[in-house]
Amino acid sequence: MSDAVFTPSQPSRIRLALRKPGFVVGILIIGFSVMLALFPGIFAPYDPNAIDYLAVRQPPSWTHPFGTDLLGRDSLSRVIWAYQVNMQMAVLATVFALVIGVVVGALVGYYRGIADLIFGRVVDAVITFPFLVLVIAVVAVLGPGLINMYIAITLVGWVYYARLMRAEVIAQMGNDYAAAGIVMGYSDRRIIFRHLLPNAITPVIVYWMTDMALAILLGSSLGYLGLGAQPPQSEWGVLIAEGRNFISTAWWLSLMPGIAIVLTGLGFSLLGDGLADLLRPRG
Amino acid sequence: MSSLTYIFKRLLMMIPTFFLVMIIIFLLVRLLPGDPAIAMAGDRASDADIQAIRERLGLTEPMLVQFWLFLSNTVQGDLGQSILMRTDVIDVIADRLPITVFLTIYSVALSLLIAGPLAFVAALNRGRWPDAVIRTVFQIGLSMPVFYIGLVLLTFLAAQLRLFPVGGYGDTFGERLYHLFLPSITVALYTSAIIMRNLRSAVIEVLDAEYVQFARAKGLPSRLVLGRHVLRNALISTVTLLGLSIGNLMSGTLVTETVFAVPGMGRLMLEAIFARDYPLIQGLTLTFAILVSFVFLMTDLFQSRLDPRMRLQ
Repeated sequence: MSDAVFTPSQPSRIRLALRKPGFVVGILIIGFSVMLALFPGIFAPYDPNAIDYLAVRQPPSWTHPFGTDLLGRDSLSRVIWAYQVNMQMAVLATVFALVIGVVVGALVGYYRGIADLIFGRVVDAVITFPFLVLVIAVVAVLGPGLINMYIAITLVGWVYYARLMRAEVIAQMGNDYAAAGIVMGYSDRRIIFRHLLPNAITPVIVYWMTDMALAILLGSSLGYLGLGAQPPQSEWGVLIAEGRNFISTAWWLSLMPGIAIVLTGLGFSLLGDGLADLLRPRG
Repeated sequence: MSSLTYIFKRLLMMIPTFFLVMIIIFLLVRLLPGDPAIAMAGDRASDADIQAIRERLGLTEPMLVQFWLFLSNTVQGDLGQSILMRTDVIDVIADRLPITVFLTIYSVALSLLIAGPLAFVAALNRGRWPDAVIRTVFQIGLSMPVFYIGLVLLTFLAAQLRLFPVGGYGDTFGERLYHLFLPSITVALYTSAIIMRNLRSAVIEVLDAEYVQFARAKGLPSRLVLGRHVLRNALISTVTLLGLSIGNLMSGTLVTETVFAVPGMGRLMLEAIFARDYPLIQGLTLTFAILVSFVFLMTDLFQSRLDPRMRLQ
């Protein structure tokens, strides 16, 4: 790990990674998705909530490339506006779990002892529940909705980050630099946050990328089940659920948002794979 | 260490885990704002209902006593009364459990049938076009949410082409295989993507391993090498992965049951949530946890059988 930092191969490694088509496609997809999420108004041809009773459930055409929904709203515009919510999911459903997990994982990995023992049992208990079951059980108590969904996913998800971080910190503790830090009399805080954490965080970041893809899948699943984003908000899972009952007559209502999910999920996992290659130490 | 001691130790380790599982389930309902008895009983409950719940939960007692009550009731198989079904939670669950178990095993079988051969094809053709095609298809599969796969299959194979029923499940074994094919393949398409990925790299790793190179060098026919060395080792990692992903698999069956209207535990869970049937939610959550930890146990035992290195020190 530490050698890799000093080898001159560092800049060319990025160039090498960019030679992989998967990574480039991932960057392009996520880059474009971020643009759509930030500026949906520029890309969407219509107001996503503009109701037009004269153009209800129209199949895809030049004026409405993705057709229109039950209230005559333009499906393409709704799918585009949904980028805002679904891309936000990728971040908000994971980032708090990431931060909590990294801090807890680093602390129990460094201090071990009784806290680590308890932590081990907590991990065992949490992974004993199917992820979705525990998340929807928490949503059931808090009530459906986006914010509660984020809380539920964070309450469950931090454990996975902490477990990974803990293992990585323990592995890093075996290195000379950690021992050197202790011998030099650095404070625990300095050793943990200045030295161990930056070295241990790489696998966590790689996992974060895949977790963002999972968050979009999970978030849209909860939206579909009626536990996440609530209509009339444009969210892919909600849009698919809205089209569900008309799937044989108006297939485009459910098909199009699904393509957006698959594309974004694919983008994140390609990006994650590429980053993993980029960050993984050689040798 | 003998395998009996191992099994005993492994079972002992489950006790603290389950203690915590019970605490989590116990706290879940206590997070409800206000009087949990009123919240649990729902809007249409009579005062007698609320009083019954209050007594069962021992809500007037201190927290620790409440937890003890919850624990001892649960251990005795008393999970309370379902508000939705008006019967004992344990009976409702016993009714639905076999369906979900059937669905899960069916999904596992299908994912192995899909992933197994394809992983070998991909690994043996590493870097060539069959490998690329297989990996790309599965990568896309991994990016599809289960409910969406289900919906697409439901629309085209069941509703349009009428090859399969659109919901429910049959009475005989054969009928169930037929009825649950689409729900199972929906989950299987997702899990097979995970298995394929792992199995492919496991096979490649074994193919590159020295003992396999040696087996080849000494002139063993490649069929034998594949069968004896590669398959066995690939099997260990696949079973481990399957065991560890049982939670994902269960999450998948929950969704697929909803999409295909299969009357299993997952669909029941959602019904319970929308009805705010908290005793039922608690009971189902616990049942899911028991199922998962049973599979974890089986995985560990299987592993320690095949690979003695895995046994706990």
